[in-house]
Amino acid sequence: MATFFGEVLSVYSRAVEEEDREDEDENEEDVEIRRELEEKRTVHLKWCPEVSQEKLLCSHLIIAAGTNAAGFVSTFILNPARWHPVGWMALWNERNKGSGVLNSPPAPGEPGCVIYQQKEGGAVLICQCTCYVAEDQLFQWTEKLFAGLQKRGLTVTVLSDAPIAEYKTADYLHGRDIPFLCALKTSAYKEVVNSPFLDQPNIVTGLPAAVLCHCEVHGIPAVLYQNYSDVISADSVTMEAYKPALTSTKSVKLEPPSTAILQKFTRGFDVHDNLYT
Amino acid sequence: MFVSTDESPPSFKSYTLLMPAVSVGNVGQLAVDLIISTLQLPKVGHFHTDSLIPMVGNNPYATSAENANDLSTNAEVYCSKDLKLAVLQIRTPIIQTRIRQFRKNIVSWIKSSGFSKTVILSSSHAYQRDDQQLQGTPLRYLLTPALQKEAGQRIQELEWREMEKVSTFPGISDSEQKLYIPGGGVTKGLYTDCCDEDIRMAVVLIFCSEGDNIPDAFALGNYLNDWLHLLGKPAQGSPQWNMPPSWKLLFGNGIPPAIF
Repeated sequence: MATFFGEVLSVYSRAVEEEDREDEDENEEDVEIRRELEEKRTVHLKWCPEVSQEKLLCSHLIIAAGTNAAGFVSTFILNPARWHPVGWMALWNERNKGSGVLNSPPAPGEPGCVIYQQKEGGAVLICQCTCYVAEDQLFQWTEKLFAGLQKRGLTVTVLSDAPIAEYKTADYLHGRDIPFLCALKTSAYKEVVNSPFLDQPNIVTGLPAAVLCHCEVHGIPAVLYQNYSDVISADSVTMEAYKPALTSTKSVKLEPPSTAILQKFTRGFDVHDNLYT
Repeated sequence: MFVSTDESPPSFKSYTLLMPAVSVGNVGQLAVDLIISTLQLPKVGHFHTDSLIPMVGNNPYATSAENANDLSTNAEVYCSKDLKLAVLQIRTPIIQTRIRQFRKNIVSWIKSSGFSKTVILSSSHAYQRDDQQLQGTPLRYLLTPALQKEAGQRIQELEWREMEKVSTFPGISDSEQKLYIPGGGVTKGLYTDCCDEDIRMAVVLIFCSEGDNIPDAFALGNYLNDWLHLLGKPAQGSPQWNMPPSWKLLFGNGIPPAIF
């Protein structure tokens, strides 16, 4: 396809294939392999042994998807004195391999989806997701997560990272404060939204989209804050940009982050990225 | 499965269902966008399925600041009581391993809703047109046997061209012919399913190449309008379509002033 400036870009066809695959030719072995693969890709919601009840009571669910969103909740909210992990989403896919992913919770620092609960009160849950969830697993991921919660007046807040390069605007972005937040909300969400709305033709895909779709269809109030940033790795400025998203929420209190935690999150990337160290 | 936005689900009995196939150049989807935006159809529900890649955005057909922030999802249903028309818009590709499942879901929804007919808007690779397809109009149609009885006459009056079958073994033998819609996504699969299930269904498609497919969408919309009369047409020229605001920036961001 040719663009405005005439350069030719190779684009893949959204029509998937030249012709529908003739899967009528498939033999028993193919069916068996396909079935096993499907089984392996199933997403499981696992509770820690100390969680007694089958479904957790939840009035506010915060989902943080991406490195910076996860870093934000870790540094500003998840104080170990007040929060403890209660479960995790176990899933296997081409970018999230390993024999242990299905049976044990992800080790600290490893990519994964961990659910935290507030020690006092306990009706606020935070799901921190740093691992890759494949396109075919997204729907299941949300179904499984919401099936594991007792929804009583549930509100959902989704925080998600996005590269600024994906943001479409007619105005040149120069001079605009980067990073910035854009919001989307479901029709059931009636509270104040603390950032401008995401304007057309911008869209959101991936895990945040799957969660919002689920909430819209099931009438759950939900809001998504998409953080457009020009830094790919964990970075304290990008993390701070999430602050307005939760400032008016009564259920969680933002704490000033300790320098040690911030450093732990951001340092790991600097060392490898610098050519001269 | 269809999930209504209202408490009481709408009845689609004897309605016409319009839907796109996710196909080359997304022409079907663009044409459906044009129809929804021009007729200002209200949203009545979602088609909630695990066969489509999730996606959300704000209202693609926003007309004012009040409705600009209504969430839109990957598959939504719009409807018009006056025209007895339901329109399913699909905004993302189908997950490859679930194409069969998706076809099954669509077919069972069509059957359970009691649509009088279903029209699929689709496209096919222009570069794969064979000698007999190359001449004349790039627009084609297909009718299932069940719809042929009803609509065949009208289609003949319009002098539409049926999608030609191609040889299974070109250059060797022409005795065996098959239906071939390269780049058409689920079009052929859905068509054959509907033939088998005796469902009244039509495929309306255009041969095109990837690129700026807006003119193709207009062509497909006009073609469909000749048959279904969704939109009043002036004595000369084509109907006045309304481009949705979400079509802006189709080719990326604005040009940075610093380059001049």
